[in-house]
Amino acid sequence: MTATETPASATARRAGGRRRAGAGGRPPRGRRLRYALTVAAFLLPSLVPLTLYTLIPMAGSLWVSLHEWNLITPMRWVGLDNYADLLGDPGTRAAFLHTLAFIAGYLPLVYAGGLGLAMLLNRAMPGRALLRGIYFLPVITSWVVVALMWKWLLNPASGLVNWALGLVGIDGPGWWTDPAWAMPSIVLASAWKDLGFVMIILLAGLQAVPKEFHEAARVDGASAWQRFRHVTLPLLSPSTFFVVVISLINGFQVFDQVHVMTGGGPGGATQVVVEQVYTFTFQYQKAGAASALSWLLFAVVLLVTLVQVRAQRRWVTYA
Amino acid sequence: MRRILGLAVVAAGALVMLFPFAWAVITSLTPGGAVLATPPDFTPEGAGLDAYRRLLEAVPFWRILFNSLWIGIVSTLLQLATSAMAAYAFARLPFPGRGALFAVYLATLMVPLQVLIVPLFIEMRMFNLVDTYFAVLAPTIASAFGVFLLRQAIAQVPKEFDEAAVLDGAGHFRIFAFIVLPLIRPALATFAVFGFMASWNSYLWPLVIIRSPEFMTLPLGLAELHGRFTTEWNVVMAGSVVSVVPILVLYLFAQKHVIASVAQTGLK
Repeated sequence: MTATETPASATARRAGGRRRAGAGGRPPRGRRLRYALTVAAFLLPSLVPLTLYTLIPMAGSLWVSLHEWNLITPMRWVGLDNYADLLGDPGTRAAFLHTLAFIAGYLPLVYAGGLGLAMLLNRAMPGRALLRGIYFLPVITSWVVVALMWKWLLNPASGLVNWALGLVGIDGPGWWTDPAWAMPSIVLASAWKDLGFVMIILLAGLQAVPKEFHEAARVDGASAWQRFRHVTLPLLSPSTFFVVVISLINGFQVFDQVHVMTGGGPGGATQVVVEQVYTFTFQYQKAGAASALSWLLFAVVLLVTLVQVRAQRRWVTYA
Repeated sequence: MRRILGLAVVAAGALVMLFPFAWAVITSLTPGGAVLATPPDFTPEGAGLDAYRRLLEAVPFWRILFNSLWIGIVSTLLQLATSAMAAYAFARLPFPGRGALFAVYLATLMVPLQVLIVPLFIEMRMFNLVDTYFAVLAPTIASAFGVFLLRQAIAQVPKEFDEAAVLDGAGHFRIFAFIVLPLIRPALATFAVFGFMASWNSYLWPLVIIRSPEFMTLPLGLAELHGRFTTEWNVVMAGSVVSVVPILVLYLFAQKHVIASVAQTGLK
């Protein structure tokens, strides 16, 4: 995380600002006006677009979610009906379940892989910088490219993965064309892309662990596993916490790779929540339901994040 | 011994990371008929740039590349300017309600894009902006993340520097431009890289707001290409390869910096 301002420096600054403003009593009106104009000049280039393209759409989205609207004819007020309909709709439950299935596959994979890599790359070894750079390569690649590359690798008939499986005598599955294997395909591509990101975060965390802790544990006769379990993992818990929070937020909003790899199919097997929002808006022209669903998703993400922030006290150790 | 084993595991993993890229390049060089061949051919006969030629015929590729570059550069510069200025106000110019306004900025960070998509689309339609560069750019002009990141950076610049400048008679604009900005250059560079990457890779919003090929960005063009050439993977991979190259070059120049700043801020 970025360095946050300490309360002491904030107070000092506030006092400083006040001192300057108050020097020699109340400043003359002309100067106050000029100061206000200066503040406005610095602030407005950001505040105007933020208002137009974030704050107003936020309010608009809440407003639309209370209406029935096909984007063409006038809106019709329906109150909370959209929300009620969504909660009773099996499609909503399925969309959330698919999203949860994605997270359940993706998060353990990317965390375990990232942790293993971070531990290995934390030691001195030849070409370490190059290796880190390579693992980070998929992180900078766009989702569309990653999804297309994996869709090709996992092509059931002529993909390379099934060919390689065939070499060792395994009859490869239909991957993204098979309802049972479509979600695992997306999970695989996603974990491949984000592995380097998790690795970098955990590496930064590992490097912050003081060496003395490990040495002390070794002197006390702790085995490698014990040192990992009782020294490394607890001291890494702030980074782990961060990875889990970010991954869950991103996981609930999964869309790009799904839209490119399967478009929610086959047979709706990968219809995740955001894909559902997209379908509602642009296929069914149900803007009200789409907005309501996106707010439901927001509420879930917010709730999950808040629960984690509260629960961190139990397992996150800040050295 | 254990060290060698570790190195072997990491190196094997690196190959797994690189391989899809290499395979994309090989596929893009494979002539049409041989793409779907089993077993796959790693040194295809008659390898050449045929798929790239077809790519150029199928979509207005140079235009799409230009769109992505243009939107990426303009969006990055606008974000840098608006965010640095607002960050200066939040860090250095006390005014009533400053804390509350900053809290509003932070709150918008938590709102996912898909919540905003429908009203944003409607807003753009109202002002007749669907299918324009401006519509793609608009939601990126103000960046709450940038304001936050740069405010933290400015807060770390010692106040004595500005105070000395004030004694010399410099106003806030001069302090901002000639003292603060040069001192927060690393943070500005970090933010520029994030901003460009986000714009270059963004998919959902352009997908919603862009209709005609002249305004398509690379991710859109690629997805569209895939829709049309479902089985011609050499053309699709050619498109993927060319769309990775620019960001790859940028990454090679800024690699150390990018990795260090991700480690620091924990954001991509």
